[in-house]
Amino acid sequence: MGAQLRVYKRRIRSVTATKKITKAMEMIAASRVVKAQRKVAASTPYAQELTRAVTAVGTGSNTKHPLTTQAETVVRSAVLLLTSDRGLAGAFNSSAIKTAEKLTERLEREGKEVEIYIVGRRGVAHYNFRERKITESWGGFTDQPTYADAKKVAAPLIEAIEKDTAEGGVDELHIVFTEFVSMMTQTALDDRLLPLSLEDVAKEAAPQGEILPLYDFEPSAEDVLDALLPRYVESRIYNALLQSAASKHAATRRAMKSATDNAGDLITSLSRLANAARQAEITQEISEIVGGSAALADASAGSDR
Amino acid sequence: MAAELHVALVAADREVWSGEATLVVARTTSGDIGVMPGHQPLLGVLESGPVTIRTSDGGTVVAAVHGGFISFADNKLSLLAEIAELSDEIDVQRAERELERAKAEGDAAAERRADVRLRAATAR
Repeated sequence: MGAQLRVYKRRIRSVTATKKITKAMEMIAASRVVKAQRKVAASTPYAQELTRAVTAVGTGSNTKHPLTTQAETVVRSAVLLLTSDRGLAGAFNSSAIKTAEKLTERLEREGKEVEIYIVGRRGVAHYNFRERKITESWGGFTDQPTYADAKKVAAPLIEAIEKDTAEGGVDELHIVFTEFVSMMTQTALDDRLLPLSLEDVAKEAAPQGEILPLYDFEPSAEDVLDALLPRYVESRIYNALLQSAASKHAATRRAMKSATDNAGDLITSLSRLANAARQAEITQEISEIVGGSAALADASAGSDR
Repeated sequence: MAAELHVALVAADREVWSGEATLVVARTTSGDIGVMPGHQPLLGVLESGPVTIRTSDGGTVVAAVHGGFISFADNKLSLLAEIAELSDEIDVQRAERELERAKAEGDAAAERRADVRLRAATAR
């Protein structure tokens, strides 16, 4: 076998192996998307009921709470960025990071200090590489986040917002995550989570202007709101984590699908080249044989004379 | 037909139980509260504790609930909990082990959680 042909054969073998791997990863990601979507759906009843309850307290009483009061001048804001632990997901992480960068820029233009909180090792690596300060980071659960993880993330954020600005607390909290629109579309977006606007929550809970009954609060409206708002924030963060996870798997699936397709194309063009090389080799061998026998014939014809 | 109320027991990551009931007893921060059909609209903070639901077919559902809320309006009752387990889902041996470990480590929160689980499991 000629040298050229051997090189092609070797490349075809390696691309075939890669294709098998990417195909497997595509299928794994596809099954995980479905699982993640199911988790999003399973968490919806809780989120809905919680939203209703927050609305009920918000409209049924004039209670003030640090999580709902807008600071007069915002000195410091926190940005929570949700990325994934692992790559191979196309533009998933880079577009989330880009959105966070844009938001940070905007907030800094408005004269606010920005503290960044990151979920997922990819985001952490990005910020560490640029030697930028991360206030707090988490990792290891982005593929399958649980409610306990959301609580873990929410706790320091709620603490920071309840602290006085002078003592290093923050005045508002933004969240950057990737919304799962559909299997094909996932968009990175930023959203202001805190301070919470009760009017917005009310709109979300009852878009048709449904009137909520006058509730009896047990033990009191303040205590209920005190207990309710942190849970609401946790549930929002949980939802964002789940959507990010679903988006990540969808992005991985798409990236792996195009990798598989590319590998297929590569195999086709390499086999064409290998066939041509083999044909050229055969042609050359034949012409060598023909040439050789002609030379022999010529030589023997000459000796005859 | 006896008056009924619709109950939904929802944990953060799933719906644990839903159905019709005649009486629900839960523990709020200011004491046990029983809700029957036609109760005044109510929103309360729950303590860790067992929740008893008397279903309309005469059965009883007991669940261990850790933190959360009870809300009632229009004959619909929702129990929101961060963690909720039905009594027949609770692994008694595991809860006992956890209770012992929590006691040994002096972890009051874990001890209470395990204790609530055990009480819910034995109440069935």
